[in-house]
Amino acid sequence: MREVHVDEIIAAVEKLCIEANIKLPEDVKFALNKAVEKETSPLGREILNDIIKNYQIAEEKDLAICQDTGFAVFFVKLGQDVRITGGNFTEAINEGVRRGYKNGYLRKSIVNDPLIYRKNTGDNTPAIIHLEIVPGDKIHITFAPKGGGSENMSALRMLKPSDGVEGLKKFVLETVRQAGPNPCPPIIIGVGIGGTIEVATLIAKKALLRPIGEHHPMPEIAELEKELLEEVNKLGIGPQGFGGKTTALAVNIETFPAHIASLPVAINIQCHVARHKEVEI
Amino acid sequence: MIKHITTPLTPEIISSLQAGDKVLISGIIYSARDAAHKRLYEMIKKGEKLPIELEGQIIYYVGPCPAKPGTVIGSAGPTTSGRMDAYTPLLLEKGLKGMIGKGFRSKEVVDAIVKYGAVYFGAIGGAGALLADSIKDSKIVAFEDLGPEAIYEFKVENFPAIVIIDKEGNDLYKIGVEKYREI
Ligand code: SF4
Repeated sequence: MREVHVDEIIAAVEKLCIEANIKLPEDVKFALNKAVEKETSPLGREILNDIIKNYQIAEEKDLAICQDTGFAVFFVKLGQDVRITGGNFTEAINEGVRRGYKNGYLRKSIVNDPLIYRKNTGDNTPAIIHLEIVPGDKIHITFAPKGGGSENMSALRMLKPSDGVEGLKKFVLETVRQAGPNPCPPIIIGVGIGGTIEVATLIAKKALLRPIGEHHPMPEIAELEKELLEEVNKLGIGPQGFGGKTTALAVNIETFPAHIASLPVAINIQCHVARHKEVEI
Repeated sequence: MIKHITTPLTPEIISSLQAGDKVLISGIIYSARDAAHKRLYEMIKKGEKLPIELEGQIIYYVGPCPAKPGTVIGSAGPTTSGRMDAYTPLLLEKGLKGMIGKGFRSKEVVDAIVKYGAVYFGAIGGAGALLADSIKDSKIVAFEDLGPEAIYEFKVENFPAIVIIDKEGNDLYKIGVEKYREI
């Protein structure tokens, strides 16, 4: 058993919150710079250049890349040989969020009750924590703040197994077309196929963590990712929806076994401010 | 070509703008998001006096990050405009002339834009650090209790935006996409 004190978790989470919101991952930067070269719309190129300028300013001035610093979503792999001391694990993550969002001058975007009161909690908690117990004595934490604009354009559909690949493609194209300019394109499209509804949505979100350019291990699915990206970029939506070839930077698919009667498909849309950062304790 | 425009917006300025034009806005603009819109809407319905004068003004759909000490404002890019659609026609009727946001508007809003001679601008979604650069002064003028959703008065200099819907109802989201669509 390795002991980890909650203070260590709080400090790590605070740092993650601040850094992830200020600095874009390298693969996303690379993809944006590549997109400028390929974009044929002059206005689209200008927009992409401004997006690049924006992440540079954010980094230089220690500012949030986007003012929507998101719902604080965590993926935690907790080693089964870790014993947490000094307090409560969930509370430690929430305290890290509280401190990170305050000390990093990040926006607090969470309301206490979704339907009736909608009052801001004032500290961006509660965090959303997806916990997995794994072998080992480490704690691996991935932080992926999620903005509302792109999350709102996400979708879930229970397809019929007979709908197959064509049904899936149709659903993806339809969702992206309907989203249009709203999720701040260029976007990244996370697709979760299989499982039950909560698994499909969860793996769709996990798909967004995969670096741009890496593909699904199954060659058929990897091929589908490339094909879908091409098709999506033919929709003409372009940067910010003003028209162009760069509607999406990547389509990442994750799969899970399915029930004999089901083909659940979840699509999680991510804007170009595709923030995530990880740490191991 | 980039057009320089100043607030408040006059009918002449609005008539000179076409969907797809790039503009740099200078002057005073106001921020308001969902909760502030709801309050403005309810106040108008009740016949109460509004905390800001709408005539000729621009509302920017934004909920900024807090300012660091010594700075004017934190990141301040646009939020999705569609959530304001239910309230917008009434604000346009009361004299509002411009909106800055991102994303689709409803048919009712487009009709009201045409009817009252207004304009819908887009700012780059996700470029909050860049956009904050052109906000030179900022103060809360109403609904402070709403936190990031309070109404701020911003003094902007050369705030970059693009005309999405002009007073004729032309829509860059339709024109632009038509041009590049292959399927
Ligand atoms: S969708 Fe993304 S880029 Fe657009 S406002 Fe939300 S967090 Fe920012």
